[in-house]
Amino acid sequence: MTAAVSIRGVTKRFGTDVTAVDNVTLDIVDGEFFSLLGPSGCGKTTMLRMIAGLEFPTEGSIQIFGEELALRPPNKRPVNTVFQSYALFPHMNVEKNVAFGLEMRKVDKAVIKEQVADAIEAVHLKGMEKRKPSQLSGGQQQRVALARALVNRPKVLLLDEPLGALDLKLRQAMQIELKDIQSEVGITFIYVTHDQEEALTMSNRIGVMNFGNLLQVGTPEEIYERPVNRFVADFIGETNFIDGTVADDGRIRIAGGALVYARGDAPAGADVTLTLRPEKIWIHSRGAADLDPERNQLPGKITRRLYYGESIYYEIELEDGTLVDARHENIPSLQRRDVGDEVTITFHRQAAEALVS
Amino acid sequence: MTMLDERPSEEANPELERKAERAESWRGFFTALPTYLYLVVFFVLPLIIITVISFAERSRTGKPVLGEWTLDWWIKLGDPLVRSVVFRSVWLAFLNTLLSLLLGYPFAYWIATRKSALMRNFLLVLVLIPFWSNFLVRTYAWRTLLDSNGLVTKVGEMTGLWGKMLFTEPAVFLGLLYGYLPFMVLPLYAAIEHLDWNLVEAARDLYADARKAFIKVTLPLSKPGIIAGSILVFIPSLGAYVTPDLLGGSKTTLLGNYIVTQFKSGRNWPFGAALSVTILAIMMVATIIYFRKGGKTL
Amino acid sequence: MSVQEGTAHRPWVDKVLTVNGWLIFAFLYLPILILVIYSFSDSKVVGIWGGFTWKWYNRMIHNPEMMGALWNSAKVAFISTIISTVLGTLAALALDRYRRWLGKGAFDVIMYLPVIIPEVTMGAMLLIWFTQILPVNLSLTTIILGHIAFSASFVTIVVRARLANLDDSLEEAAADLYANRWTTFRRITLPLIMPGVMGGALLALTLSLDDVVITEFVQGPGASLLPVYVFGLIRRQVTPEINAVSTLMLALSMMLVFISLAFQARSISKSKNKEA
Repeated sequence: MTAAVSIRGVTKRFGTDVTAVDNVTLDIVDGEFFSLLGPSGCGKTTMLRMIAGLEFPTEGSIQIFGEELALRPPNKRPVNTVFQSYALFPHMNVEKNVAFGLEMRKVDKAVIKEQVADAIEAVHLKGMEKRKPSQLSGGQQQRVALARALVNRPKVLLLDEPLGALDLKLRQAMQIELKDIQSEVGITFIYVTHDQEEALTMSNRIGVMNFGNLLQVGTPEEIYERPVNRFVADFIGETNFIDGTVADDGRIRIAGGALVYARGDAPAGADVTLTLRPEKIWIHSRGAADLDPERNQLPGKITRRLYYGESIYYEIELEDGTLVDARHENIPSLQRRDVGDEVTITFHRQAAEALVS
Repeated sequence: MTMLDERPSEEANPELERKAERAESWRGFFTALPTYLYLVVFFVLPLIIITVISFAERSRTGKPVLGEWTLDWWIKLGDPLVRSVVFRSVWLAFLNTLLSLLLGYPFAYWIATRKSALMRNFLLVLVLIPFWSNFLVRTYAWRTLLDSNGLVTKVGEMTGLWGKMLFTEPAVFLGLLYGYLPFMVLPLYAAIEHLDWNLVEAARDLYADARKAFIKVTLPLSKPGIIAGSILVFIPSLGAYVTPDLLGGSKTTLLGNYIVTQFKSGRNWPFGAALSVTILAIMMVATIIYFRKGGKTL
Repeated sequence: MSVQEGTAHRPWVDKVLTVNGWLIFAFLYLPILILVIYSFSDSKVVGIWGGFTWKWYNRMIHNPEMMGALWNSAKVAFISTIISTVLGTLAALALDRYRRWLGKGAFDVIMYLPVIIPEVTMGAMLLIWFTQILPVNLSLTTIILGHIAFSASFVTIVVRARLANLDDSLEEAAADLYANRWTTFRRITLPLIMPGVMGGALLALTLSLDDVVITEFVQGPGASLLPVYVFGLIRRQVTPEINAVSTLMLALSMMLVFISLAFQARSISKSKNKEA
């Protein structure tokens, strides 16, 4: 595995009191689809802009295929960017926009013509060459932006929330298309987004950021199933948090005194927070006989029911008053519960993750 | 500065980041430099010099004598004659601003609330034409109207309401109003046109009658236009020269003519300088008060 | 985007507003109209209709002083417009596109002062500066220098407004696509702020062609501009010939209005396309 982008100890401070990116170290593998995920203001866009050369780091090293270019201006870097607003040149037509980068690099005119035509065809915009950006729909503008960047055969393609301005249906279609294009051209994509679902479905790996720190890097599964801290668990998907302490036998004692099994390596006596995804919780009638002894069991009462169509959410109050959400798929074999039902919830011993609080 | 044009292959550190920021900052400085120098030489320094000159003695030809200083010209501002010129100018400028606002607001409101965009644009062009038209020519038009053979005079004589107005204070006032009304209307129009009418509807929904909604919502929200328009009318009215000269004659001297007189026939440049600084000061004070008051009362 | 929906007035309010509106338009236009009409009147006295004639225009064209002043005006307007457009645009770029630089705060204030300073003060201070401090003779050059000193600021205001509406990421995209600074400016920034630059230039041109006060202060002997020359004529005696030259000046102003409107309409229709 060669590192396409190797980031070492990169910090960006604006003025004296704003640290947008704080000592980030990260390797992005050649050919992977890597997402930087986090809420707005977490530093992900600043990180991307530093790779693009639109900002210079305060400290640290950014290498692309072994070449140090932390301080190199954007026009001298082998990367291209798809901007959030697309940044299509409004006074140039589609063809001129796509040709811009090649022209700047003084590529032979005939070659430009051919490559531009190929790029436009690749994003299914044939016949639109002479249109101005203002005459295109949002999705079409997005494709032009993509073609304009890809036509330069960059070593790394940077995408700054490129689907943010599109409506849901179009966004989903473009997600698939982007993924296809990426596997076709085999270029490393670095994708900035605040949409966790988008990051989960598209990426090979995800880096989660908050307050300028890179909190966790991993595959979508790792990030979702084994979050390293409360922020990551909360930001990706939905989850329940249950406070507890590690008992001597390694189980977790939660408020109310019940003992449950969970994953994690916190030492005995440590305060922890359990994170437990709603879809991993099963609901049984109180006193049901067929409960799997290998699963954690907690008694509770249904206090709320929300009907979502494809699923149903139940809010369950545990004996100590802790509220937990459980999600049931809306299939006939699962029994419907009503508010007020006395129930027992169960979850697998590997389902909950004990995070050191 | 040259660093960025090479192909640096160093890691970043705060020193290099500062260097890059400095290079960028110098680039901004050099972009502004030609204009900066021009304004220093042909605006800032002249402004300082005119203030200095207002303390200089006067030679026999009326020019300032550098090196001999006096407070006479500033003391002279207290003369009853000078004071009356200053007061008349400020009063007329104030009155003109007020009347322009009273006439201009319903006018701008009317244009901005026409239903058809085509009609709005057409009316706007009708305002733009006098706005851009030569000021001298527009003032001259009134000179002929107000003269003995002028249409306005004839109408006045026929109805017995007024006589020949040329070379009187009302004529000057009429000229100022005519000259600067478009300066009031355009910013007002822009402010009213940009209004979010949902807010007015919300006020109506919350039991405000049409008048209350106007006073409580529309008027305060068009404040930026009122301020901009008032300043645009007040400043040139205060320094008016062409209008009082053509329509007022010798009887209604305003600050503008009075200053020009000092430099031309009056032969007292240092006193002219003191008056010029005074008019600038009045304008600054008025602008600041207006901004402050506007912020509180509206 | 229909803005005008919340303005349901009672009919009488609307009627009063409409009558008032047309009365004000009459107030604004009738004097000009009468002025134009009398420029065709075959009578020495303005105000008495003496039948149609072109003779005042004919006399105007054959008045060498007037034509000389017109030519001077054209020269001054042309040169001062070009220089103030360049200076004003540079200043707008420096103020809008560079976050921080030496003396920016002061420049931001100085740049706007010429817009709000009374013309007489500006004229007086330039006169003192040229005749008492700088060793120069008053001439067309001093008029040009004076005109630039106030119109550059107007250009800056117009161009800066345009720049503020220009998406920064367009220039970043150009840099990302291998364009250097100069190419980015030439290919992206300049074409996109061009409507603003042209608007500013038209404003500078109008200001220069209209100016009486500053020109009267800093003009040299025997080299006047048209408005100042006409001003002098009016002071001496009102003649229909002045109506003729006034009509000419009005036509010129009007032409500039329509040129600037055409520019605006083009940039508006472009931005409308973008929304659709």
